[in-house]
Amino acid sequence: MIELTRCYRFPAAHVLARDDFSDAENQRHYGKCANPGGHGHNYGVEVTVRGPVDAGTGEVMGRRQLDELVAERVVARFGHRLLNDDPLFEERVPTAENIARAIHGELKAPLAAVGTARLVRVRVHETRKNSFGYEEMS
Amino acid sequence: MVTLSRAVEFSTSLRYALPDLSEAENLARYGDRARQHGHNYRLELTVRGEVDPVTGMVTDLKDIQDVLDREVMDRFDHRDLNCDTPYFEKLVPTPENFVRVLRELLVEALPPAVRLARLRLQPDADSWVEWVEPGQTP
Repeated sequence: MIELTRCYRFPAAHVLARDDFSDAENQRHYGKCANPGGHGHNYGVEVTVRGPVDAGTGEVMGRRQLDELVAERVVARFGHRLLNDDPLFEERVPTAENIARAIHGELKAPLAAVGTARLVRVRVHETRKNSFGYEEMS
Repeated sequence: MVTLSRAVEFSTSLRYALPDLSEAENLARYGDRARQHGHNYRLELTVRGEVDPVTGMVTDLKDIQDVLDREVMDRFDHRDLNCDTPYFEKLVPTPENFVRVLRELLVEALPPAVRLARLRLQPDADSWVEWVEPGQTP
């Protein structure tokens, strides 16, 4: 089986804090990530799809098709924004874990609708030291 | 069971084109990629095997490097995929097709103590395809 992975980037801000926590509780759980003014990262996103190799194109999926989908659903939506303002993070703290899960959720159905490749995994790099992969158990 | 990975990098030219299509048809179908261009490919080979209790190694890394030199570097480095190799006469040299060619070459050539587990081919830093041993996840 063949998997295709492509990498994308977007800069965004976030605050790790729960509305139902006091300031002290947020500081205890999230440390400086809870600073109310927010902070930002250059997020990197790896999107991995898997599928049969089309005999005509020789590809699992057209690169442009994948790039356009991610540009529209992920980069345009989250890039140069405060992630806490996005409805996807109304109920969930925008940790990199939850960002990976949210991006997986945003891409899964539209990807399935355009071809035979299926979303396998979304990996979010928050810094050069941290990355978080989300995939659904098959 | 331990996995061992070794990477090589090679510089190769190629074009997406099928011989039974006209120049105009190839350009219409494959766009820019129908013109001759090139990549610094990175290929990462991962094998699995038991650790030899005497040597403490899965296999001598030199044996793996010899296989990569013979099967990959000698065949593809500083060559043209379409003109200098027999593999893409009827097959477009997409990364998906190329990684399948490489798998067939390598699987036969590996030392008997190891089995091919994964093969990752990167045409550039932001994109890769990966052949994964059935039943395994990367």
